[in-house]
Amino acid sequence: MQEVNWIALGIFVVLFGFISWLGFAAAHWRKGDLDQLHEWGLGGRRFGTLITWFLVGGDIYTAYTFIAVPALAFGAGAVAFFAVPYTIIIYPLLFLAFRRLWYVCHKHGYITAGDFVRGRFGNRWLALAVTVTGIVATMPYIALQLVGIQVVIGALGISGTGFAADLPLLIAFVVLAAFTYSSGLRAPASIAVVKDILIYATALTAIVVIPMQLGGFGKIFAAVPAQKLLLAVPGPNTTGSYSGYATLALGSAMALFLYPHSVTGILSASSGHAIRRNAAMLPGYTLMLGLLALLGFFVIGAGVDKLPEYAGGFKQFGNNFAVPALLLHSFPSWFVGIAFAAIGIGALVPAAIMSIAAANLYTRNIHREFINKNPTDKQESQMAKLVSLIVKVGALVFILFVPTQYAIQLQLLGGIWIIQTLPPVMFGAYTRWFNSWALLAGWAVGTFAGTAMAVATKLTPTFPLVIGNHSFPGYTAVYTVILNLAVAVLLTPLFNSMSSNRTDETVAADYHDKVY
Amino acid sequence: MLETQTKRSGWSWWYLLFVIQVAVALWPPFYNRIEPTLMGIPFFYWFQLLWVIVSAFFTAIVYFATSD
Repeated sequence: MQEVNWIALGIFVVLFGFISWLGFAAAHWRKGDLDQLHEWGLGGRRFGTLITWFLVGGDIYTAYTFIAVPALAFGAGAVAFFAVPYTIIIYPLLFLAFRRLWYVCHKHGYITAGDFVRGRFGNRWLALAVTVTGIVATMPYIALQLVGIQVVIGALGISGTGFAADLPLLIAFVVLAAFTYSSGLRAPASIAVVKDILIYATALTAIVVIPMQLGGFGKIFAAVPAQKLLLAVPGPNTTGSYSGYATLALGSAMALFLYPHSVTGILSASSGHAIRRNAAMLPGYTLMLGLLALLGFFVIGAGVDKLPEYAGGFKQFGNNFAVPALLLHSFPSWFVGIAFAAIGIGALVPAAIMSIAAANLYTRNIHREFINKNPTDKQESQMAKLVSLIVKVGALVFILFVPTQYAIQLQLLGGIWIIQTLPPVMFGAYTRWFNSWALLAGWAVGTFAGTAMAVATKLTPTFPLVIGNHSFPGYTAVYTVILNLAVAVLLTPLFNSMSSNRTDETVAADYHDKVY
Repeated sequence: MLETQTKRSGWSWWYLLFVIQVAVALWPPFYNRIEPTLMGIPFFYWFQLLWVIVSAFFTAIVYFATSD
């Protein structure tokens, strides 16, 4: 590996120190009683349009995204751009469905998707399924954020053996755990602002300066092998890469706002209008993500992967090293420090929100539902703080002792699992038509089939569905959520005829703005 | 009040903009080509980036045209 880059490291450490201070200071921002769960875990639902923009942006566009999407473009080419249609179609979903979820949760004081499902369908086992799915899908996601930090720490030239090698990551994590514990959601919300300023500065500079260094976009794209430039045109009797691309975008979009950290980001908004406004403003991030994806091609254009000084990094981190190597190659050390800090801080923000979201879920929908039914406010928030620590330690242990490849594969499975909560959560925001036991059966079938299909395809995202002599390769999550829905629709009349018990503590008027 | 509520929770024709936005984004044959390039960037890439901006405008239009 290359030598330690002291200037970059110094700037990196200073910026990290600053956001650590900010994380602790955030406890006093829009001050509330942090002994109440909605204050610690949802920031008191006080965030207006702008802070929600930063917070949800910090949720969706994580450090791992900034590393992995360009890495995919570098390795596989055009298919990496599925992230763009994916993040185009999430916003209508946010605008329409998740705004309804915000209203009903605000009205009834729901803090998690599990709370909503419990109230809407009166079935604690369905709520438990939603809760467990949420927690299990979130864990590998947190672990992947750590991969983002690991890559930039490695790229700064810090290496060692045994305990020393993991020390920087450990320090970053202790700081993260401490400020999340003390400040709750206010910490990532305030840090997200700093993170985004750094990320935007990095992305815009890279997208302007590097093409100038390389002699323009034309030259860069000319260096990209032809088969990477576009999606392969499908042959006869198959929809090939087209259906793969479209279903990856669609399935990822449907899954996104079902993740607990997305729900937490949405519910912390102070009004439904803030959600709607954000649906129009958040594409700003999509644009940046698309531009960042192009960095993968810049790597090819600059030939960074062929340079001997970065061979060690590519060997250790694979294609995930592509963006850090490009930044090291193209920019002076002080700027590299800023850029790497942006990526590192970009990992802490979602990791904090994810651990808070998982803690909220456990506290509300497992502990309170099944163990201590009447906790005081203080007990409830204490439990959540404790769980947020456990979740993070779990992710840390995972990333230190289990090969990174497993975290990536589990995250892939997580996407297939979380989408199975779409019928009760997203459709539930519109209709109480479904029978809750039918939804539970659909969830079970979808989860089982999705896992089996993923294993059958050796943990790759697309499944070659064959109907007659036609092949439709597509994202497993999309196929299995359709199966899930079909089961729920077919079983609903059957289960309804066996039992007439249909509770619902919400009414239609809870799902939109109050009428004055 | 009842009347307002029906209007509020129902379908708006403005949502058709969302349908266009999603349909185009999910139809790769439409944009999977190199020409015409823009500043050397193949159509596949600049069109999808442009579509992000168009989509943001669509969402803004729907925001102002509909109420909660």
